[in-house]
Parts: sequence; C-alpha cells; structure tokens
Amino acid sequence: MTVIEHSDLAPEAAPAVVGPRRLLSRLRTPQAITGAAMLAVVVLAGLLAPLLAPHGPAEVHFDAPFQLPGTVGFALGTDDLGRDVLSRMMYGIRASLMVGIVAVGLAVVVGTPLGLAAGYWRLLDAPVSRLTDVTLAFPFLILAVGLAAINGPSLAGAAISLGIAQVPTMVRVVRAETMRLKESPFVLAATAMDASGPRILAQHVLPNCLSAIIVQATVIMPAAVLGEAVLSFLGLGIQPPTPSLGIMLSDAQQYLGRAPTAALFPGLAIVAICLGFNLLGDALRDALDPSTDRK
Amino acid sequence: MRRYLLVRLGQSAITLLLASMVIFLGVRMLPGDPALAMAGEEATPERLAMIRADLGLDQPVWVQYGRFLAEVASGDLGESTRTGASVASMIGATLPVTLWLSLYAIVVAVVTGVALGLLAERYRGRWPEWVANAAALTSLSVPNFWLGMLAILYLCIGLGLFPASGYVPLTDDPVGWLVHLTLPALILGTGLAAVIMRQTRASMIEAMRTDYVRTARAKGLGRTRVLLRYGLRNSLIVVVTIAGLQLGGLISGAVVTEQIFALPGFGKLTLDAVFQRDYPVIQAVVVLTTVGYVLVNLAVDVLYSVIDPRIRVGGRS
Repeated sequence: MTVIEHSDLAPEAAPAVVGPRRLLSRLRTPQAITGAAMLAVVVLAGLLAPLLAPHGPAEVHFDAPFQLPGTVGFALGTDDLGRDVLSRMMYGIRASLMVGIVAVGLAVVVGTPLGLAAGYWRLLDAPVSRLTDVTLAFPFLILAVGLAAINGPSLAGAAISLGIAQVPTMVRVVRAETMRLKESPFVLAATAMDASGPRILAQHVLPNCLSAIIVQATVIMPAAVLGEAVLSFLGLGIQPPTPSLGIMLSDAQQYLGRAPTAALFPGLAIVAICLGFNLLGDALRDALDPSTDRK
Repeated sequence: MRRYLLVRLGQSAITLLLASMVIFLGVRMLPGDPALAMAGEEATPERLAMIRADLGLDQPVWVQYGRFLAEVASGDLGESTRTGASVASMIGATLPVTLWLSLYAIVVAVVTGVALGLLAERYRGRWPEWVANAAALTSLSVPNFWLGMLAILYLCIGLGLFPASGYVPLTDDPVGWLVHLTLPALILGTGLAAVIMRQTRASMIEAMRTDYVRTARAKGLGRTRVLLRYGLRNSLIVVVTIAGLQLGGLISGAVVTEQIFALPGFGKLTLDAVFQRDYPVIQAVVVLTTVGYVLVNLAVDVLYSVIDPRIRVGGRS
C-alpha cells in the first residue's frame, strides 16, 4: 500500500487569526461533523474495549470457528480459532491509535524544534535540510526493516520507524511557517526590542505555528495508522497474540475464501480511523485558513 | 542552470554520504558477531582473531567504513548468508518485477489522478467535483493491502477476471505479464492517484486565478481549452515532483502488494531476508533503496527545472 508522505499536502500558510470560538463555528460543516462522528465511535470503541468487548481479545472458542456475522454472542463473527472479531477489533483499534499517537508525538517533539531553528537561523538551514533529506531517503518500511533486523519486530519499533519517517514533513511545515513569520511586523518589533532568538521563537513564532502543526498532525495520524497496519500485516510490527488490525487482516488472508468477513471488518475499522482524521484534517485546514472566507 | 545543477548534485552527494554512514553504523549495530558466526561457537580465540583480521574487523572504524564504501561503489554486495548466492544476482532477478510494478502503478496513478483533477476543476461546484474529492479522500484512507485482499476475493476468486497471484516475465509472455501485473498495479496506484488528484486540483485552482488565465478567458477561449492549455501545464510540475517524493511510499507499497499477490519481487526478497536474518541482503536492499530514492529525486529536480525555468533562478529550490 502506498503510505502517503504528506509533505505535499501541507498547508501553505495558516495564520492563527481564527479564534477558538470562531473556529468551532467554522467547523460546523458536514465534512467535519462526519469525520468527528467517525472518530468518536472508533476512539470510544478502543478506549472502552475492556468494558464493552463481549469477549477477551485472545479468547479462543474451538467449537465456534468461522462464525458468520450475526451469530448469537459473536456480533461480527469469529476467526479461524473462534476468536470474536468484534472484541479483537476493539483491542486492535487501541494498538493502532497508540502507534499513531507515538508517531505524531515523535514527529512533533523532534520536528518542531528543528523546523523552528532551520527557519529562523539561516546558518542552521542547510544542515537541517540535509538531515531531513537523509531521513526521507529511508522509506518507513525500510526503516522498519532495519529496526526489526537490529531489535526484532515490535510495536515500539513500528511506532518509532513511523514517527521518524514523519519528522521531515513536520520540519518542512514548521520551517516554512517560521520563515514566513520571521518577516512579520510583530517579530520585527520583538527583534528591535532586542529579544533573544529563542525567546522570539517561543513567544511569537511557535504559538503562530500551532495551527499548521495541528493540521500536519491530522495528516500524520492516518498515515501512521495505515503504516502500523502494513507493518503488523507483514509481521514487522506488533507480534501476535497481541491483537492488531494488521495482524487480524494477515490472519484472515489465509482463509479468505472461508471467512471473508473476518477480513472485511478490521479493514473497515482502519478506513474509519483514517477517513475520520482525513475529513477532520481537511475541514480544520479550511477553517483555519482565513482566505476561505471568500468562498 | 549549471549553478543550480551543481548545487543539487552536491546536495545529493552529501545526502548519500550521510545515508551511507547511517547504514554502516546500522549494520554494525546488528546483533551477533560475524566472526563468531563464521567460526562457530567452539572456535579458539586465535582462529577468531584470524577471521576478524580477514574480514578487516580489527581495523579502525573509519578504515572499515572506507572499505564498505568501496565495496558498495564497485557493486560488490556480498553473498547471502542463507543461500550463498551473490546478493547482486538475487537483486538482479527480483528488481525487474518491482520496477515494472512501480512503473505501471505510476502510469495508472498519473493518468487517473490528473484526469480526475481536471474533471473536478472543470465541473467545480457540481457533482463530478464532489465525487472526485470523495474518491480521493477515501482512497487516501484505505489500506491498499486490504483493497488487494478484497480484489482477490471478489475479482479473482469471485469473477475470475484476473489471476490472483504469480508473475510471468515480459520476455516469456507479454500478454501474461500484463495480465498478472494489472491488478497489483491498479491497487498500488490508488493511493498515489489520490495524492496526484488533490495536487493537480490545488495547482489548477491557483493557475485559474492568474492574470494570464483571465486574459485568455477574456479573449474568448473556452473553460476547457484554458484548463487544458494553462492549467494542465502548471500542474505537470507538481505531478512530477509528487511522483518523485512519493517514491518512498511507492517502494513500501510495492513490498506489501507483492506479498498479497505473491509476486517474486524486491519486496519479497526484503521480507524473506528480514525473517531469515540474512544481513548482507538486508544491507543491499537498504543501500539500493536509498541510492534509488536520492537519484530519482535528483532527476526530478533536474526535470523540474527543464519544465519550469523559474525554478533555476538562485540555485535554490
């Protein structure tokens, strides 16, 4: 699957002139509401898995393999070992979201300071740009292959390789914002008042970069969720018996003809997470961009 | 133009050098002592020392790094620790499959992406735009391997439209080759098509706001003509760049697609190597992907400056 390296989807510039209250009112579009509703269902299902799941995620029922959806006790059917597809999905969503959060966290924590520095100090621009070039030269799957070769496949390895792979795009987004803001009157004024570089960045530039960072995070999140599914599917990520949407699909592939629904639902869960973030991200980008007022 | 090319070449060289250091250090971090692996657990310290000297492991790190660079540059990628075959020949056998698959997918993605982008812009505010946008957003959210599984289930097993797996070399049977690659390429191309569609659209919206488009429209040129002549030309640059930038994603995607459709390509080689801990093969795969990525992006930048002369100015992109 093509995991989109979204640098190209980054917003041109999203100045934070839209206040929180106005933002909320501008987010009342069908698109945003659909996205938010999808995410709410999925995230709740994941968070409340221990309370709501009808069965344990690894609980096998050898007397009831390949049950169809709608079977009493197994709303979405069972897999080859008679494990409840719905329960496993709910736990799998937790793993997906966890990897996504770690990847976003990594990209923000590493990418933001690098982007600020590269955008503000010309001297640092070239080294940081080379660094991002080098990182981009390693696709996330190759990074994951390398990490799996060194440490063995794991959830942490998958999350780290996905996060590292997203750092360059975050650096570029923040760098572009910083370069733009550097020329703005309030930064020039602060410079004239002899404020130090780090102070200007922290007080004036970073707060104005936040909306771009948030939008970029909504881009990274689905990419990481898709990436986790791919890595787990290939056996490079989360290891069984820990439930993961990717592992469920990889299991289901082996008996695709007998129980197609075991492959259908985990895939739909991934689509729901990613579509939710993509819809919300798009709406957020439009809402934060004052130039869309004209439309 | 020459200055721009020189700067870009220098940047690519630095990137490759840094990447080679990362790979070299990564290989050294691999668990296990290669000398111990070769000599066996019962080896005497003298024998181990001999093997280490043989492999150059007793040399300073920078000497080892130099040897590594020289070997890679001369195309000597070592032998597989599993089969003993030369890694270069293993790659030679599998790479064409992946290259054909990727190329096919890029063609699919560019054609559908640009066409949908054009359509959405031409019928802005009407249902084709809405459909194209929804399609793009959905295909960005769908895991391709899942789509592949569903396609196998319904199109291959259900309707028998395509073969579900396998590969036929182009030289053996061109028709069989095309038939076997079509579905994998369609699946691999969907995500990229969505990105290209959105970018085509964004750059067209921008182009449609320019003065020269307004002039062309004022002269009485139709909306479709203007779109094709000015909008398309402007979005070409974006499409070329995206295709280059997305190469990393495409490689990752090819690995999974090959796995689903049982294509004997580079991706399968990579995965087998990881699970068999065949380190020389892993190293070669990483080196090759990195070099390929850097070179393609260099080519993209050069192509870019040919398409759009404005980019050459100043030597910075």
